[in-house]
Amino acid sequence: MSFPWAKHYEPVNPFMRWMDEKLPLPRLVYGAIGAGYPVPRNLNYMWNFGVLAGFCLVLQIVTGIVLAMHYAANAGVAFASTEHIMRDVNWGWMLRYAHANGASMFFAVIYLHIFRGFFYSSYKAPREMVWLLGVVIFLLLMATGFMGYVLPWGQMSFWAAKVITGLFGAIPVIGEPIQIWLLGGYAPDNAVLNRFFSLHYLLPFVIAGVVILHIWALHIPGSSNPTGIEVKSESDTIPFHPYYTAKDGFGLGVFLLIYCGLLFFGPNLLGHPDNYVEANPLSTPAHIVPDWYFWPFYAILRSFTADFFFIPAKLMGVLAMFSAILVWFFLPWLDKGPVRSGHYRPLFRKFFWFGLIPAMAVLFYCGGAPAQEPFVMISQVATAYYFLHFLVILPIVSMIERPDPLPYSITEAVLGEDKAAVLGENATPGV
Amino acid sequence: MIRLIGILAGLFFTVAVLWGLGNGVATVIADGQLKEPTAEHEFHLPARKAGLQSDGPFGTWDLAQLQRGFQVYKEVCSSCHGLKFVAFRDMAALGYSEAEVKALAAGFQVPGIDPSTGEANTRPGLPTDYFPSPYPNAVAARAANNNAVPPDLSLMTKARHDGANYVYSLLTGYRNIDTFSVGGKKVRDEFKDFATPPNTHFNPYFANLNIAMAPPLTGAGQVTYAEGQPAPSVDQMSQDMAAFLTWTAEPKKVKRTQIGWPVLGFLLFATILAWFAKGQVWAAIKPKKAKA
Repeated sequence: MSFPWAKHYEPVNPFMRWMDEKLPLPRLVYGAIGAGYPVPRNLNYMWNFGVLAGFCLVLQIVTGIVLAMHYAANAGVAFASTEHIMRDVNWGWMLRYAHANGASMFFAVIYLHIFRGFFYSSYKAPREMVWLLGVVIFLLLMATGFMGYVLPWGQMSFWAAKVITGLFGAIPVIGEPIQIWLLGGYAPDNAVLNRFFSLHYLLPFVIAGVVILHIWALHIPGSSNPTGIEVKSESDTIPFHPYYTAKDGFGLGVFLLIYCGLLFFGPNLLGHPDNYVEANPLSTPAHIVPDWYFWPFYAILRSFTADFFFIPAKLMGVLAMFSAILVWFFLPWLDKGPVRSGHYRPLFRKFFWFGLIPAMAVLFYCGGAPAQEPFVMISQVATAYYFLHFLVILPIVSMIERPDPLPYSITEAVLGEDKAAVLGENATPGV
Repeated sequence: MIRLIGILAGLFFTVAVLWGLGNGVATVIADGQLKEPTAEHEFHLPARKAGLQSDGPFGTWDLAQLQRGFQVYKEVCSSCHGLKFVAFRDMAALGYSEAEVKALAAGFQVPGIDPSTGEANTRPGLPTDYFPSPYPNAVAARAANNNAVPPDLSLMTKARHDGANYVYSLLTGYRNIDTFSVGGKKVRDEFKDFATPPNTHFNPYFANLNIAMAPPLTGAGQVTYAEGQPAPSVDQMSQDMAAFLTWTAEPKKVKRTQIGWPVLGFLLFATILAWFAKGQVWAAIKPKKAKA
């Protein structure tokens, strides 16, 4: 892994030398996120979100573990124990708000990370595995976020659990047994609260495991970059530390400012008031909505309003909702164009900025809006575009597009000239 | 091959969703309108600003007002509404002394056990007790209130959109349905069938406009505030109640914003430092003339 010019770890301190012989952990860190990892010199701030996502994961695990010390996963007392955390546990209010808003920030960062990948086609060879693992992380994250939303056992918790497990009920024949099996009963109750708590505690560690694989897979080809050109020579790269640790440090500061602004001045801004009402199976809220980070997919689910031949509308919605994410798995093979960066793909770029981004924005908005007209019709148009974009437009664009000329190398893109380019006459321009 | 299957799958989902859109459009054309206008939608009013001292990022508690709000709760609201997440000991935060908290707790009867017989009874509250519910259970609450359960008020201002303003608006928002109008349009004229069912009361700040709770604050002589406090008008009592329920819903609210400022200040300072540190680190390899 890594490039031939990557620096090797040379312990100076005798203790570190001893350590390096017995367990080369410092060597691993040095090569992964230290001076031993050469990174393209032209990464912009869109490359900050991976580190921030890692920070969020640690933040969620740390705050979550402390919250779990005070929370009681029992349908009878879960809501009261959450209030106990808010009122009586030392700094409990801050921990809970940090965890709830931390989840929102995690998803915000992840969405930016994913859309960075869309624009710069980070999923293309040789980084398909990095991308596939990333989609797995996103799915695990959604499962974890959903189960966490259920734990306070408020009205939205309860009804979200009912609606989401109800989705499995749409599967023909085996749907209902699956739903009952998932819930451990016929309606959400103690059984489901307990298993969701157990899984909500487990999955973050599974995510941490997949994150390690994600980073490992990334380190084999090395990071991509805004030009989409592969690293050609040493002058194309700089060591991760101190350059990107310094750059990410600033990004982390901006992230923390936004996060703490939310935590201390609007901790309930992204939540729903109904979740401060204790779960009541006999009273259905006027509008059942999940947390904001599920809204695009919730909008897709709800936009299938008519039976399609022999497929019931509900099943169609469930299929579409899951397919909307599963389609990401196939991106590396749907978008076969050789050029990666959107900067050099004029046609792709138009569809990205004037198609995908507005469609996602509309889906975000409509997913949080009540299921009424005109929101349903608007989200139907956006849903249609969403599927067309990934499954029809992207494959066709990648076939017919004439990309703009690429610079010879990253160095040329940054400095305006690359001495190696003059020498390397037989080097193949392009990829 | 993958691309071909992809295109087919994409067209499948697109046609299916557009089929739904087509049906929706057909319905709209047949009905001649996007959706049926309802009184709940046309005549529901957004909450009026309560204008509390605890509002906003620089808010502080107005202890005198919180005490007045508590007085209204105790003398009016507590006959139907509980406050189950608030303990008597918490009341010290409102500026009551230890002795006052003890006396205040003793003024409420809480469920207890007779030490000699073991039978359930009631006893005067202690500071460690929580505000008791006025009804032994939901069935009793329902039976006593024409089938509507009075909700617990502990979290009311967080459990409703625009909570404190909502409480204030609701308490002052009872109107006469026969004369109520918005923008010159009367409910009575616009929606002939709209009615206030028996045992409900018209209130345009309530989601479906008809609330089971009778106007709780009537003014004149209902509550007597201590000397030097404002006159207990319906508006004043409603504002005091909104303030008190803001506190019960989040006793740490003011502490939260007060801690928030130094935290943000520190982070801003650290972020500026990080910006300069980044500049210094990168200065060595900064190209003279950058080109995208």
